[in-house]
Amino acid sequence: MAGASTAVPAVVVRRSLAGQGADWRGLIFQGLLLLSVVITLLFLFILLADVFSRALPVFTERGGSFLSSSLSSSAARSGVIQGLFGSFVIAIIVVIVAFPIGIMTAIYLEEYAPDTRLTQLISINIRNLAGVPSVVYGLLGLAVFVQLLGPLTGGRSVIAGGLTLAVLVLPIVIITSAESLRAVPQALREAGYGIGASRWQVTRSLVLPSAAPGILTGTVLSLSRALGETAPLIVVGAVSGYFSTGNASTVDQLFGRFTALPMIVFNWAREPQQSAFGPLTAAAIVVLLLVTLSINAFAILLRNRFEKNW
Amino acid sequence: MTTPLEENMIHSTVAPPDPAVEGAAVAAPGRDAPIAVKIHSDGAPKPEVKGTPTPQTDVATVPVVRLRGMSFYYGSFRAVREVTFDVPKNEITALIGPSGSGKSTILRAINRMNDLIPSTRVEGEVLYNGEDLYGDRVDPVEVRRRIGMVFQKPNPFPKSIFDNVAFGPRVHGLKGNLNDLVEQSLRRAALWDEVKDKLKQSGTALSGGQQQRLCIARAIAVEPDVILMDEPASALDPRATLQIEELMHELEERYTIIVVTHNMQQAARASDNTVFLNMGEDRAGYVVEMGPTTQIFTNPKNQLTEDYVSGRFG
Ligand SMILES: Nc1ncnc2c1ncn2[C@@H]1O[C@H](COP(=O)(O)OP(=O)(O)OP(=O)(O)O)[C@@H](O)[C@H]1O
Ligand SMILES: [Mg+2]
Repeated sequence: MAGASTAVPAVVVRRSLAGQGADWRGLIFQGLLLLSVVITLLFLFILLADVFSRALPVFTERGGSFLSSSLSSSAARSGVIQGLFGSFVIAIIVVIVAFPIGIMTAIYLEEYAPDTRLTQLISINIRNLAGVPSVVYGLLGLAVFVQLLGPLTGGRSVIAGGLTLAVLVLPIVIITSAESLRAVPQALREAGYGIGASRWQVTRSLVLPSAAPGILTGTVLSLSRALGETAPLIVVGAVSGYFSTGNASTVDQLFGRFTALPMIVFNWAREPQQSAFGPLTAAAIVVLLLVTLSINAFAILLRNRFEKNW
Repeated sequence: MTTPLEENMIHSTVAPPDPAVEGAAVAAPGRDAPIAVKIHSDGAPKPEVKGTPTPQTDVATVPVVRLRGMSFYYGSFRAVREVTFDVPKNEITALIGPSGSGKSTILRAINRMNDLIPSTRVEGEVLYNGEDLYGDRVDPVEVRRRIGMVFQKPNPFPKSIFDNVAFGPRVHGLKGNLNDLVEQSLRRAALWDEVKDKLKQSGTALSGGQQQRLCIARAIAVEPDVILMDEPASALDPRATLQIEELMHELEERYTIIVVTHNMQQAARASDNTVFLNMGEDRAGYVVEMGPTTQIFTNPKNQLTEDYVSGRFG
């Protein structure tokens, strides 16, 4: 330190504050970051523009009837109502089965289970399950829900398909929920225990409310993942031809053969290149996109609501 | 409640004098230690009249919490070694000592907060009104209800001010008027006037000092017997610190307070008794000296204590 009486000359101060000139590495890095963003957006834009432009004629010519008609061998009469129905039932099954089981598993692992080797092993394996290819889940569904539990599920039914997809997203639900629970500060738990609340009270009144936004977003997003899956449904035996529901009752629809939106996209996309099903494929994709986008929007809405109320 | 207490007193007077207990002059009968005398920050002893004159100086003060040869282990690491001291009822007992000497560990062992940390273990006894808190039939939840805790960093719930204070009474299913209880707790925590118009606002939106007083209000809303405070003012500015200290003085009429502090002036100003801990060669904390705060600060028996309270080490 300089003596108190000697002032630093102004020139020295100015020079030391002037910096090193342009930081080339920093600028190049920044440019690369920007480029990545542009490339990502470009791909997305091309994809969407292509799909929407090809789908537009279908919606302008047929309007709502595309949504309300059944599958047919004639492209002009074909619609996606059965796919909408199948995807809707699948969504409900996932919500009923995967959400509670997944969230409760996460709560157990994070809040209740002792931190032992076994618990860690289980956690790691759940992580690994999330990385298993979806076809494998299809095979599992075929063996368990179609064949073993066939008498209950009706075999190759939408129930078997929904259960298969519920199992598929279960690890994702568990992981995202567990991560949200882990993000809850320990100080909050200690505050609760410090005034003599029990574990159940701390979990229910303090931990869950503050983890809820994260849990909800994660689980609802896993729902859109389930609705987009095709491979497991193919294995489980979703209908890949044309079928008509006729006057089947709801029960028959639940236990009988089924299809879903991504299956329809898959089937139509397999038609010869220039067939009349080309635009229909694009239109079905648009419907699927809208469904998943609205689910995601719903997730965001839910999160905002919870964050405000709590 | 009378039986264990009486047993306890008999035990403490009849039992052969344990040198460690002897050190805890605060609980020994016949001592004319002027417990109500507190030292001011300038270090000069100055008599100070407490809120209510209590006859406790003549009679042996009743220890509410007693540690008997307590050792605490994190896994195989012994963090605290054979700690013995008594905490007299309706007084403020300060735990002082260098970082790592086990102050927080001891505090958290008293309300079984350390149960939340896996593979920890207690040896020896922690007695509350004569009952071993680590006995087989003891429910830690009940322990924490009677022995409340205020943490170093204010940690209000992300709920309204009202709900923060009402949380404890609600989970314990306390009967009676919740509004009155919340108001009374906030008044006792010297926060009522500042928040009475905004009870619906979030507790996290208060200033640090206000948050800490909210945490104190939250702790006293369940009517505990003992309040443990782990450096309650370390995150606060001097003014808020003084407010907390004044508050502790008011609270000691109704509650027994054990406070960990790094601030020697605070210990001298705010406490009746002081326990000085140090970290041994084996990195385990142990009690060096304990006694009335006046004695620890003006006439310590141990050189280490003198060095520490005068700021020469630690
Ligand atoms: N959760 C834990 N796991 C393992 N060791 C711990 C844990 N908490 C504390 N310890 C160890 O126990 C010893 C005493 O820690 P403690 O926090 O009680 O000290 P302290 O006196 O409160 O210190 P400070 O004044 O810094 O708060 C230290 O050696 C510390 O490393
Ligand atoms: Mg500490």
